[in-house]
Amino acid sequence: MPPSLPPSLQSFEQQLAELRREAIPAIEQADGAEALEAARVKYLGRKSGWMAELSKALGTLPAAEKPDAGKRFNEAKAEIERRLEERTVAVAGSGAQGRVVDLTMPARHPWRGARHPVTLVLDEIESIFRELGFTIALGPEAESEWYNFGALNFPADHPAMDMHDTLYLDGGVVLRTHTSPVQIRTLQRYAPPIRVIIPGNVYRRDFFDPSHAPMFAQVEGLAVDEGISFVDLKATLTHFATRLFGKTRTRFRPSFFPFTEPSAEMDVECRLCGGKGCSACKGTGWMEILGSGMVHPAVLEAAGLDSERYTGWAFGMGPGRMANLVYGIPDIRLLYDSDVRFLEQFAR
Amino acid sequence: MNVSHAWLKDFVAHALTPDEIRDLLTSRVATVDAVEPLRADLAPFVVARVVECARHPDAEKLSVTRVDDGSGTLLDVVCGAPNVQAGKLYPFARVGTVMPGGLKIEKRKIRGAISNGMLCSARELGLGEDHHGILELTVDAAPGTPLLSVMPVGDTRIDVDISPNRPDLLSHLGIARELAAATGVALDPLGGRGPELTDEAAAALRAAAAEGPSAVAELLRGWEASGGVAQRVRAAAPAGPPPDGRRARAREATVDGVRVAIEDVAGCPRYLGAVIRGVKVGPSPAWLRERIEAVGGRSISNVVDVTNYMLHGFGQPMHAFDLTKLAGPSVIIRRARPGERLTTLDGVERTLTPSMTVIADAERAQALAGVMGGRASEVSDATTDIFLEVAAFSPKGVRGTRRALNLSTDASHRFERGTDVDSAEVWLMHAVHLLIEVAGGVQRTWHADAYPTPEDRKPLTLRADRVRRLLGEVVPAGDIAELLASVGFEVDVAAGTRMLHGQEELVVTAPTWRRDVVREVDLIEEVARLRGYDSFSSELRPFRPGRVPDAPGWAVARRVTDALVAAGLFEVRPMPFVAAGGDGAEPHVRVTNPLAEDEPYLRRDILETLAARAEYNLRQMQGNVRLFEVGTVFQPNSDRRPGSLPREEMRVGALLMGARRPPHFAGDAEPPSIDEWDAKGVAELAVAAVYPGECALRPPSGQDAGGRLWDIVKTADGGAAEIVGGVRRLALDAPVWAKPAFGIELRLWAVDSAPVAPPGSGVQLQTEVKRVGLADQTVRYRPIPTLPAAEIDLALIVPDRDRAGETLTAEIVEGVVRRASGELLERIVLFDEFRDEAKWPNARSLAWRLTFRHPERTLRDKEIDGRRDKVLKTLESELGVKPRI
Repeated sequence: MPPSLPPSLQSFEQQLAELRREAIPAIEQADGAEALEAARVKYLGRKSGWMAELSKALGTLPAAEKPDAGKRFNEAKAEIERRLEERTVAVAGSGAQGRVVDLTMPARHPWRGARHPVTLVLDEIESIFRELGFTIALGPEAESEWYNFGALNFPADHPAMDMHDTLYLDGGVVLRTHTSPVQIRTLQRYAPPIRVIIPGNVYRRDFFDPSHAPMFAQVEGLAVDEGISFVDLKATLTHFATRLFGKTRTRFRPSFFPFTEPSAEMDVECRLCGGKGCSACKGTGWMEILGSGMVHPAVLEAAGLDSERYTGWAFGMGPGRMANLVYGIPDIRLLYDSDVRFLEQFAR
Repeated sequence: MNVSHAWLKDFVAHALTPDEIRDLLTSRVATVDAVEPLRADLAPFVVARVVECARHPDAEKLSVTRVDDGSGTLLDVVCGAPNVQAGKLYPFARVGTVMPGGLKIEKRKIRGAISNGMLCSARELGLGEDHHGILELTVDAAPGTPLLSVMPVGDTRIDVDISPNRPDLLSHLGIARELAAATGVALDPLGGRGPELTDEAAAALRAAAAEGPSAVAELLRGWEASGGVAQRVRAAAPAGPPPDGRRARAREATVDGVRVAIEDVAGCPRYLGAVIRGVKVGPSPAWLRERIEAVGGRSISNVVDVTNYMLHGFGQPMHAFDLTKLAGPSVIIRRARPGERLTTLDGVERTLTPSMTVIADAERAQALAGVMGGRASEVSDATTDIFLEVAAFSPKGVRGTRRALNLSTDASHRFERGTDVDSAEVWLMHAVHLLIEVAGGVQRTWHADAYPTPEDRKPLTLRADRVRRLLGEVVPAGDIAELLASVGFEVDVAAGTRMLHGQEELVVTAPTWRRDVVREVDLIEEVARLRGYDSFSSELRPFRPGRVPDAPGWAVARRVTDALVAAGLFEVRPMPFVAAGGDGAEPHVRVTNPLAEDEPYLRRDILETLAARAEYNLRQMQGNVRLFEVGTVFQPNSDRRPGSLPREEMRVGALLMGARRPPHFAGDAEPPSIDEWDAKGVAELAVAAVYPGECALRPPSGQDAGGRLWDIVKTADGGAAEIVGGVRRLALDAPVWAKPAFGIELRLWAVDSAPVAPPGSGVQLQTEVKRVGLADQTVRYRPIPTLPAAEIDLALIVPDRDRAGETLTAEIVEGVVRRASGELLERIVLFDEFRDEAKWPNARSLAWRLTFRHPERTLRDKEIDGRRDKVLKTLESELGVKPRI
């Protein structure tokens, strides 16, 4: 409705606002050329349009208020003109005149990126442990034999070394075979309590096939303090499994790692058969998730700690294997190929 | 390690099914990888009843039968067996069944009569040699019942994954010992094949077995001397008592005219030999053959099978020499001579080195110690006299020989992990007993035993309180003692549990076969696993949060990953191996034992890898490739001393090519391709995530820019500018349809590889490392403007070079505009570039939009005009830049 015109800036601006509130939705909803023309006449018509009426009102304002009011007026007018123009283009572009826009048509998006599935698993693992007071430690991938083996209680020239077929660099340097050297570096550098998660790439002299790769991601955890026990290990890792997989049974069984004692591997109920036994779990109903154990006193001693005062536990696992399990990836080489048709499946 | 279910029963009269054994071993001892019925091939066979039976009209020896196989229809089956009778049950192979010999049963016509399957003989099923007729089943079972469920034939093989610290489990005895401890069933340490004993002797042997093998050996030795052994052993036992000094701590001994001498004591701490004369080499009896075949071996001869039986049964590798082939006759354990040659049992002639220990006669090497015997002294059908070796070889020595020759055997596998040196004598005596049983012959004198320095077993102290502290639960000292004793640990009963400093302590000696147990913690592990890991609580207890700060590289990596994913890139995690630092480029770190000879180097740049991954995608016809990686690069250390680590950096790399946006129906059907300005934008996003406010992108100086577009230069801290990354065009091996590719590389973190502290020490800094938190925020709030701004556009003609002949960049022009505009300039945006060589040769038009705002009042038109004039005047005078008219 054309306004009545009390002569003040404030009410003038209110009128402008009211105009916008009515005119803009009306223009956006106009579904054809006729409707748009009607709107144009109503709001911008030279003789009796709403803007024309307001223009008259502008002339009645006190002189001091005119510059500001004029500016607002021009802005409002420009916006209504612009929207009318855009809407006219849109209506024309939608095909025959008078047709409604087909709102089922797809949205306009920028490209969507994605984290690598291994990173998605790592992020999840890290965040679960961060809730439990862990921080993240990193270390070099090229390591001395002492950090990679000696400090971790690997007996020299022993079959235990055969579990770590090693890639060597010039000068007796190795590409780390596990993330555990970072345990030693952390224990040497910081005083307990230590609770760290150590993600990183590790290297083994394994041929590249559907289930092996010479480089793969590993993540391990280390907790060292006074009074840490096997019960803490079991409790924390059970909690972790439950957070990762939802309610699940876990099983701990004896194992061997030179740097932990006692050593234990943790299984969870097979994700595919729910524990009944299937080909994926070789009929056992269990799936191996991680290796763990109480930090061997020799490891604490190698890092200069008093193994009588401090105890600790550690675990390690392969997020690549976990990604394959969770996302149903049959061949780990897919994790390395970097094929965009694979990667885009992880966009969210 | 392959374990036979049936063989285990020789040691422990358990009533466990293979699956129960799997669960028990897995939860207490070692993981079982597989349980495999050896006669799985019999699974498809069923029990069938012959309902009618008549003579074949055209063949005298054949019968035509009607068979009920439980399927509901009677089948016509032709049978050639003389014993087929109506009403009886037989094993039946339905059409489609594959016979153990590989033959597939098909429906066929025999002399005009249709046959729908086959009634089977024992031999056809691989259950014996009987082929006189089909196998009559005397069971009460309905037709159609699977044969295996009424006739449990065949053994089950249990594959146990034995960790390298538990060589004692590489035998049926070792596995059985754990089963006995878990079930409480008595263990027969000689696996049911010991000498027949009187009840009294048997009781004594059981008692000795409970104490350990040394007690058994002592007992057997006593029996030999007193003649109190069972009949069978006495017949085979050497005449007379053992010579004095047989147990002397000597390197040399003699047995039945054969001199035994250890020259290489380090390589061979103990060597025992027995001579058996008059044996008859031939096939093994069925029980022995079954045992060997059950673990996947092949029966060779009675003599060889006994040695393999001892290896798989007791974990003791043995070797039998043909005594007549040993010159001297003597047996000398020494290092190989340089270039010495030996043809091993596998027929390969090998050249030896002095690092290898050999068993030699007076003239030459006859066997590789602990790895493999020699061809020349191999036991053959003609052999009558045998020298039987039982030895302990050094794990490191055997490992060295095995690796040098790349020759791994069941024997080397066990020696590398360590055999039970102190039980060796028992196993030799047992082997002699078995050998005489299966191959005849006599042992005329006692065996030789060269054992210069017997090992002492040191008792360990185990504190009950330490068990509690490490395991988190109280395990009473009595329980600890019982658990350890169940698997052969000797808990000093006389000492009892000592109270020392108010703490209970146990004195424990590990059994001879547990050389892995050397520290208190090793005993605690035994306690934990024997009690059962599942018996410990898994309730979260209070903890102190860690005091280690997050690694700076990790935090940065996360920020840049967030930024690049949001910008539409895919993260990749490829391998860092590359072909070469070819084309005379900078040196790369080399892997000395690479898997792929064509990629022996570690990359220096992330983009080396990303370019290869992009080319992979182009080969898959994928042209929209937007990849990034947060990863490590390597550079050779300038310090070339051995042991110096390469320099490592964590970097982010990104590669962009293809369409700028996905196509959209509304005016964007063919979006433009990504260009250098997109790359610059993504680079700036990465820079903002990693070096907020510290870095700028600069065109590279100098002529050798190559594909470089911008250097990322760190300028903060007033120090010297440092290049931390760059943006460049990439030249890919690309098909014609591929769009231009751009690469970005940026350093995130210089990895600190230096040793933190010398071995055995730490520095343990507790200093609070700075964490980036709210207190470090550099963002300050500025009031939101309430007054209107004024905008002007400046369209300028900018010559390509200034009056001094230097390149005139937009950045320089904009700098002058900013300075001349004064502090009321709020924003400046370059919005247009345009060239018209005809109008403006060697120049271009650039247009900026300037926004001015005064904090306290509305700017007047005159003021704006004044600023425009000032800016234009300054531009003209300083740079020769004029407005476009």
